[in-house]
Amino acid sequence: MGSVNGSNAMASTRLKVWVRQMLLVRRFEERLIRFHEDGELVGHYHLCIGQEGTALGVLGHSRPDDVVYTTHRSHGHLLARGAEPEVLFAEILGRATGCAGGRGGTLHLSMPELGVPWTSGLVGGNVPQAVGAAYALKRLRPGSAVVCFFGDGSFEEGAVFEALNVAAVLRVPILLVCENNGLTADQGAAGTFPTSVTAAERLSDLPKGFQIPSLSIEGIDAFTVSETIGPLLREVREGGGPRFVETGSVRWPGSRPVWPRQVGGPFDVGWLIGDVEPPAEIADWTSGGDPLTPLYERAVATEGLTAAELRAFDADAREEIDAAASQALAAPLPTPPVPAELEVAR
Amino acid sequence: MSVVSYAQALAKAMEDALLADERVVMIGNHFAGLAADQQPHFDAVEARHPDRVEHTPWSELAVTGLAIGAAATGLRPVVDMVTASFVFQAFGQVVNEAPNIAYTTNGRTRVPVVFYMIGGIRGAGASQHSHRLEAMFWQTPGLQIALPATPTDAYALMRHYLLESDGPTVFITHQQLLASEQDIEDWDAERLPPGRGRIEREGTDVTIVATSVMVSRALAAAHELAGTHGISCEVLNLRTLVPYDAALVAASIAKTRRVVVADETNRSAGVGAELVARIVEQHFGQLDRAPRRVSTPDTPIPFSPVLEQAVVPTEAKLAAAVLEVCAA
Repeated sequence: MGSVNGSNAMASTRLKVWVRQMLLVRRFEERLIRFHEDGELVGHYHLCIGQEGTALGVLGHSRPDDVVYTTHRSHGHLLARGAEPEVLFAEILGRATGCAGGRGGTLHLSMPELGVPWTSGLVGGNVPQAVGAAYALKRLRPGSAVVCFFGDGSFEEGAVFEALNVAAVLRVPILLVCENNGLTADQGAAGTFPTSVTAAERLSDLPKGFQIPSLSIEGIDAFTVSETIGPLLREVREGGGPRFVETGSVRWPGSRPVWPRQVGGPFDVGWLIGDVEPPAEIADWTSGGDPLTPLYERAVATEGLTAAELRAFDADAREEIDAAASQALAAPLPTPPVPAELEVAR
Repeated sequence: MSVVSYAQALAKAMEDALLADERVVMIGNHFAGLAADQQPHFDAVEARHPDRVEHTPWSELAVTGLAIGAAATGLRPVVDMVTASFVFQAFGQVVNEAPNIAYTTNGRTRVPVVFYMIGGIRGAGASQHSHRLEAMFWQTPGLQIALPATPTDAYALMRHYLLESDGPTVFITHQQLLASEQDIEDWDAERLPPGRGRIEREGTDVTIVATSVMVSRALAAAHELAGTHGISCEVLNLRTLVPYDAALVAASIAKTRRVVVADETNRSAGVGAELVARIVEQHFGQLDRAPRRVSTPDTPIPFSPVLEQAVVPTEAKLAAAVLEVCAA
């Protein structure tokens, strides 16, 4: 997949490019479920299905010299920054050809060459470091910015509150993007998923206490996300200090705390085109939460995207993912070091 | 020849690093801790380089994260934790973020950051301001650990980490060392790299392996024992735990065949415990006596001076341990 940055030049087909990218992310995530079911993917993992609108809408404004901090739910962010699916698959499968030679896995996907220096697997662990990266950019590369993604659960960590204050005090160039994929606390109590259990009414109320301009927006439609983020990131680059955006999405029914499931079967572009009915267990989500739906409708309306083009885009995405998956599966496992080389430092 | 204090040497190292590399920054400026008479050395550096010193909220967790992220993005910060005990507020960043980054990214991202802290049983610090954390940090692969004992060590090591290191370092001074003085003739001639200890006093009867404040206590004990018992102590100053100077220890034990290890961490699973384990594993056949360790008993540190003094591994306790391993 080409980088989002490269796609900016093609404004007249921007939505079509995003459709292609979003399909690639979707097929990537679905393939991981199969890897898990096949016993190829060990350990727990987190998917971003339902949050792709935020990834593309935000990172479409990022530049190569910006720094991006992501989380344990990083696949969409990395693909949107231009990561090769095969390199990510290989890392997630613990192969020698992975971006860290299999040392990190899905929780720690880091690609410094794409401006993603280190991915912490700890909730809220990345936010203080992202503020530090912004502090460094302010001194070393004025005009560059940090984009820091974190989940709504991070507001359950003190590190985030400390970091918000430090970011405001030092006035560093950082866009803080809180992806709220959660349900409300009472739904959590009902046994679904207890993500956001903060007493705050809106997460964007919290940074305002530190005088950080903050918004809560709907994060499903990549286009509207992009329209909001553009001016905010410009303010950040121009020295305005930190900005905070909460992007809300609807939790994908297949999402589980650590073991996602393919509810309703693999995504079918016919659900978008309208010639295939989505299965009942996922119908509410496809009509009200799937970021592909608003993007597809907008691309049809403004760029004349046809059903045939959509099917062709999807075929391309499947082909690219299949090829990447095969390559990663065939890649060698890392060679354990001899005992004398095992210790980092003695 | 000029007499300088440990704090003065540290301040000089920081300023020399600021001058040598524009990526070096100081985050925080309480480097002298409670040694108020030593703080002016650091304040003078800040006055000459105001744009290179950042004042932050306490927020240990965010401030250590700030330094780590800045290091990942091209700066070379020293971040002031003030009292070592405060690092517990920042533990997630110091032990579960920084030391994992280079390894987990397969060496593609490195964080040259110095976590500076004043540790030790300092006098009236009681239980929450007196920690010696080097044993805990030694359980964290990926951290370099410096325990400078002298102004010379302080200068050489701080300068090294700020200018040449590519990984995270815990740099642990001791409140009782900051005002200690030394004649330094030539700053450059005295510079040893990390991983190289120093023989502070040569001897033939027994080796004392010491760190940080215990080096001066060992020298005092050695002087006393030479006069009172005719015992010749060789005093080793390890300077850094990671890397560890195994060769220095090996050479000394080959000569003396007796060893006492001395440090201020708690007895159980402390630095002394690890040193004795390494020595026994590597030199069992050379030893004439079982090694002894001098350490702090497994207790929270009390406030009242008489209670505190009872748990400090003093020169007298060290001398007693030496006499035991030297007994016929």
